[in-house]
Amino acid sequence: MKWKLTAVLAGAALFAAAGAAHAEGELNIYNWGNYTSPEMIKKFEEAYKVKVTITDYDSNDTALAKVRAGGHGFDIVVPSANYVPIWVKEGLLLESRPDQMENFKNVDDRWVNVDWDPGRHYSVPWQWGLTGSTVDTSVYKGDINTSAIWLDPPPELVGKINVAPEMNDVMFATIRYMGGQWCTDDKELLKKVRDKLLEAKPKWIAMDYGTIEKFASRDYAAAYYWNGAAMRSREQNPDVRFGYPKEGFPFFMDSAAILKDAKNPDNAKLFLNFVMDPENAAMLSNFAKYANGIKGSDAFMDPAMKDAPELNVPAEFQAAGEFLQSCAPEVTDIYTRIWTELLK
Amino acid sequence: MATPREIAIAAERRDIRNRWLLSSPALLIIALAAVGPLFVMLLYSFMLKGDYGDVKPWQFSGDGWFGVFLQRDIFDDTLTVADAHITIFWRSVKLSLMTTLATLFLGFPTAYFIATRPPQRRDIWLFLVTIPFWTNILIRTFAMQEVIRNEGIVNSVMVWLGLISAPVQIMYTDWAILFGMAYVYLPLMVLPLYASMEKIDFRLVEAGYDLYATRLQVLRRIIIPLVKPGIIAGSILVFIPSLGAYVTPRVLGGGKNMMLGNLIELQFGQGRNWPLGAALSITLMIIVTLALLVYVRNASKTGGGHG
Repeated sequence: MKWKLTAVLAGAALFAAAGAAHAEGELNIYNWGNYTSPEMIKKFEEAYKVKVTITDYDSNDTALAKVRAGGHGFDIVVPSANYVPIWVKEGLLLESRPDQMENFKNVDDRWVNVDWDPGRHYSVPWQWGLTGSTVDTSVYKGDINTSAIWLDPPPELVGKINVAPEMNDVMFATIRYMGGQWCTDDKELLKKVRDKLLEAKPKWIAMDYGTIEKFASRDYAAAYYWNGAAMRSREQNPDVRFGYPKEGFPFFMDSAAILKDAKNPDNAKLFLNFVMDPENAAMLSNFAKYANGIKGSDAFMDPAMKDAPELNVPAEFQAAGEFLQSCAPEVTDIYTRIWTELLK
Repeated sequence: MATPREIAIAAERRDIRNRWLLSSPALLIIALAAVGPLFVMLLYSFMLKGDYGDVKPWQFSGDGWFGVFLQRDIFDDTLTVADAHITIFWRSVKLSLMTTLATLFLGFPTAYFIATRPPQRRDIWLFLVTIPFWTNILIRTFAMQEVIRNEGIVNSVMVWLGLISAPVQIMYTDWAILFGMAYVYLPLMVLPLYASMEKIDFRLVEAGYDLYATRLQVLRRIIIPLVKPGIIAGSILVFIPSLGAYVTPRVLGGGKNMMLGNLIELQFGQGRNWPLGAALSITLMIIVTLALLVYVRNASKTGGGHG
């Protein structure tokens, strides 16, 4: 038996060596899971003769911790807006000046002078979206443009609600629902926030990821979750609708940036420029079902996405959306403790 | 002139030195791979937390340990017991004990069944018990989800048989976590139980019956004392990983109620409180060590020497 094992191992080693020899260059991308269009990666690999490897993470903090520990070997990372300043402050990102790249002219003006990277010296837009109320309208027919869907749920929805286990998104919506502002340290208000959350939690069924198949099987009738997932849920259950909470909802944008200790900075720069091309950005959106920040990408998007109510924020709700900033450590500390109390 | 006694002592010293030298590579690995990381954890638990995760190196503080059991009230600054943490600790211990009992209850008859088969067929049964180990724990947990969810196999069959009129909510409850962990850790109970049962001399059982013992008496007075080492080993093997379980509570419990593993993860992730996370991890280790000590003392007191 032993010779067989040896033969298999030798074969595997040969195969690996051959694979490495064929690529003229490499690029290692560290990104959220299920977020990178394989079609677009293939196009990039063929255009530049570069072998791309993708590694997944599931939270901003995981990515930050791993990269900070060093020895990771990644070139590109895709942090969320409120994390970009942390990455910059900690000296982890390369100032690659995407604003001077050829395709930068395609970036929508709205996404150029953003708070987290003014003038885009470090990062390029990847995908953006928001967290809101997803509701199965065959179960509940009332107003869905409110956080009351999950904070003061109507009787029809009690016991059928999923809330995304994201501390910042949940805290933000609840603080706004109770009339406060993000990063507030007003104890009176935060007490009301905590009490509201503790009162609402028994009416939820879960705080979990992966809602799409549960809306399809009708295990869930409502959720506080992301708009792209809501669109994918609607494709499987036509009764699903997405509501924009008028009390306030968090926007997110993830942006791709190059790590300071990248091994392949030149390929990484090629990639950032590549992502800002309308056709390539559209590929990202067609895969992940979120909007991108690139002008002219509409022309290449799936027709179903172009007019999707989940992806086009109605003008009347535009002002209720906010990009979450990173709060001061002592404020984060209070929020974490409320969150721990909620999950105990 | 060295006396024979001195020569003997010198030889013994050389011998001891050689033994230490020969075992030094192993000791070095243990020191680096086991003690080293633990030491780092201990150190981190006494440092100040960094603003965005990590710690502020060499700035010491007792905040991490303070936070394990006590908390300053968020709102009126009074000092209280950290009841959120205590609740989570208690849920973990309770669910782990229940898992251990459940696997013992299921595993004991299974192991007995295998041990009483003809020797050439036991291997096949053992092989069948180990098959789930070939699959990743995450996949097994998702398979369990398919079994117990509202539209899943158990509920569909029971509704179809007319036993219940509407699906019973099992998913996302503590019961789901218990089912999942019992399923995942069952082989860890069966294997050590089998190992001790295999060695039982079944003539003792026959002798018991000859002396007019009832079935229950045979089980209580003969079989259980003989397999006690297996019961202890199996319970330890199930209890310890249950206590630190992360995947099962997250997937089957719906993430609404944390266990210790999830609480620790929160501190290293969104909570950005590494010292507290390190202190909680060490507390978990202390609980495990205490549990082990209790087991070991019990085992040596009531003589588990039959195995």
